[in-house]
Amino acid sequence: MSEQTFTLDGQEIPFATGQSVMQAALSAGVFIPHLCYHPEFRPHGSCKLCTVKINGRPATSCTTPAAAGLEVESDTQEILDKRRTLLQMLLVEGNHFCPSCEKSGHCKLQALGYELGVMTPHFNHFYPDRPVDASHPDVLLDFNRCILCELCIRASAEVDGKNVFALAGRGIGKHLIVNAESGKLGDTDFALTDKAAQVCPVGVILAKRQGFAVPIGQRRFDAAPISAHVDEFRPVAPQAGGKP
Amino acid sequence: MTEPTSEKLGIILDRHRRDGTRLMQILRETQEALGWLSPPTLTAIAQGIGWPRAKVEGTAGFYSFFHTRPMGEYRVLWSDNITDRMLGSLDLMQAMCQKLWLEPGRVSEDGLVSVDTTSCTGMCDQGPAVLVNYRAIPRMTLARVEQMVELIRTRTPLAEWPQAWFVVEDNIRRADILLGNDMLPGDALKVCLARGADQPTMETASNERSFREAIHTGDAGPGATLDEIKRSGLRGRGGAGFTTGLKWEACRNARGDSRYVICNADEGEPGTFKDRVLLTRQPNLVFEGMTVAAYAIGASKGYLYLRGEYRYLLEPLESVLATRRRAGLLGRNMLGTPGFDFDIEIHLGAGAYICGEESALIESLEGKRGVPRNRPPYPVTNGFLNQPTVVNNVETFAAAALVALNGGDWYRRIGTPRSAGTKILSISGDCERPGLYEYPFGVTVRQVLADCGAHDSQAVQISGPSGICIGPDEFDRRIAFEDIPTAGAFMIFDMRRDIFDVVRNFIHFFAHESCGFCTPCRVGTTLLKNLMDKIAAGHGTRYDINEIYNLNRVLQSAAHCGLGHTAGNPLVHTLEKFRPAYERRLTSLEFEPAFDLDAALSEARQMTGRDDAAAHLATEPEASR
Repeated sequence: MSEQTFTLDGQEIPFATGQSVMQAALSAGVFIPHLCYHPEFRPHGSCKLCTVKINGRPATSCTTPAAAGLEVESDTQEILDKRRTLLQMLLVEGNHFCPSCEKSGHCKLQALGYELGVMTPHFNHFYPDRPVDASHPDVLLDFNRCILCELCIRASAEVDGKNVFALAGRGIGKHLIVNAESGKLGDTDFALTDKAAQVCPVGVILAKRQGFAVPIGQRRFDAAPISAHVDEFRPVAPQAGGKP
Repeated sequence: MTEPTSEKLGIILDRHRRDGTRLMQILRETQEALGWLSPPTLTAIAQGIGWPRAKVEGTAGFYSFFHTRPMGEYRVLWSDNITDRMLGSLDLMQAMCQKLWLEPGRVSEDGLVSVDTTSCTGMCDQGPAVLVNYRAIPRMTLARVEQMVELIRTRTPLAEWPQAWFVVEDNIRRADILLGNDMLPGDALKVCLARGADQPTMETASNERSFREAIHTGDAGPGATLDEIKRSGLRGRGGAGFTTGLKWEACRNARGDSRYVICNADEGEPGTFKDRVLLTRQPNLVFEGMTVAAYAIGASKGYLYLRGEYRYLLEPLESVLATRRRAGLLGRNMLGTPGFDFDIEIHLGAGAYICGEESALIESLEGKRGVPRNRPPYPVTNGFLNQPTVVNNVETFAAAALVALNGGDWYRRIGTPRSAGTKILSISGDCERPGLYEYPFGVTVRQVLADCGAHDSQAVQISGPSGICIGPDEFDRRIAFEDIPTAGAFMIFDMRRDIFDVVRNFIHFFAHESCGFCTPCRVGTTLLKNLMDKIAAGHGTRYDINEIYNLNRVLQSAAHCGLGHTAGNPLVHTLEKFRPAYERRLTSLEFEPAFDLDAALSEARQMTGRDDAAAHLATEPEASR
């Protein structure tokens, strides 16, 4: 099966039938920046960080099936510039203050910023008004940091079977909502043990009373840049032919 | 929730069989009955259809025409296309707000009325237009504003408003095979069936599927109809121009339990209104085309996705469908042919431009937020309810009916070798005779301008904001897939107009209509909007122009769908062709410092009593601006 290959920045990448370009790259130990992709969930394709050029045309590597002979470019100046712009868009869209964030050092958005050399937010901040939700006894929701990757939505629906989260609004007004008439997490059956509590790549879903258990400086991405964690993002199991 | 309220809701839910895929219709009817969608109402609907509440709230929150907050007994929405603005819509809206003591977007203290803008309502040839409680009223004037304010203040029901206000003109200025058609309902279907007369029927085929599918392609039956469509060279009229015959064939050959035919009447591109007129004047032709498609691909169910702005067409179209059912042109065993079953249902949208994208339309049809799907797979294999689905534009189906009736060779002779048939243009803006013009493909822009009485034209925006903007040096180009492809919008701007205002209106539109799924479009369209507002406010520099180009590149390469890919088009097209419209607004072509050094020296000049040239920091002559 692994006879099939495509090239990624000139390097031969083997792949199994059914794998995406992203999955094959990660399996081969080559990191492609991403935020909404998660090895345990179906590809989503919304953050666009993983955009590459495939045979000269832009495409998201998480949703494009790998095929023999593809020529994929990822680590080029042009693509890296665009990824930096996308990160800057996310940084100004929400309210991200890394020095006071419990997720600093564990945050994929921050880690990708370092990885790609984002030195400034570049654009004017939007400073949206996003009240926090502290109604749940064990969990704090800080919507200020939400990047709308929908991982909590997918985890709650597909793994927990609870549908605690969903999206409302449209365009720049799109936002995460909670499955309760009051709109409060405390009025749902959400639990800290839910899969949805584990998947947030940024600092929206936080366990209460566990602040700064690991000192800043000794955290996951403090120790090594996100690209060195490529093993953690490898596909977990052969992808069954799920709905794309 | 009070008892009468829950009773009303129960009736609506039952009418839709408590089926979640019908959520859009449930929400609309509930809102029509109760005024708005309150939190308890959404909870009750969610329980009624067995969906998570947040998912129902998510759908309700996606569409502009659903409100999860009270918006007044009267909701007045002013169409905000540039053509409405050119006809004075902003002044009229302001006058209305003043008379009602209102700010745009806010509800009056007594909860009576709200006034706001909405994306183009498709009345560009008879603007300025409004929607009052989602009923279209074109040709607004100051006198009408005054009368309307009075009717609202006295809480007069809409049914008692002057009926002349609600009349929408067809304004057909040039008719050809589509707009001038006089085919009798059923004629095209009879020809289709006659083509298959010597082929197996239900009696000889083992079941319905084989009746439809055994004949792969050939000179008789559904395959023969498909062959005529292929032979005609008909291409999609929604803008993308995909070959219709290939789409139908791919759907027919796709594996599935059932097949669907969907007519895309979510005519949201600002400046386009041809589908409104086709559905008013030629509804039978459109429904016949859908039925022809059903016959060719083996579908038994069809949907017409009608944009919410055309709510007033719902009852007339329902009555056309009822007539067709009575005539045996819809329903079971149509035209007495066993197994020839097909029916059409009308699904109303609720104010979301993105639902014109076929996969977003299908999501909406399933009761969800109108977000374009990841593709592949395409709707022809995995469409509505994950089944093979054909989605075509209103005009495409109308043309397909004529192809079925008269044959592919007849159709192919019209137009140009690479663009068969006719194209209906929706003409608005600066001309004497706005309205609909149907031409064989290949007509020049110059000819169109002459026909509609346009003088001193500075620019024409073809195919709406996502299309192209051309100036006088390109007026000899042709409307055709091989030159200027278009879904039909044709907005004319004469020398009095400021192209910058036009483009600013377009980018506001895209920012408002972005679905928000992907990062580049969600954030990028707002960034572009902010840049244009900054330039408009007189704070722009060349740096901002470069930023527009940079953002456009990110949108073009990284956005999820066509909306994002094309959102920057009007900006870069006009920057190339109408650059002075931007530059005369820039404070500096090079760099505009926040700090004025020369002005800061004025105190020193005063103290030394000098005002000669050497005491100034004029580094560049004024002419370089």
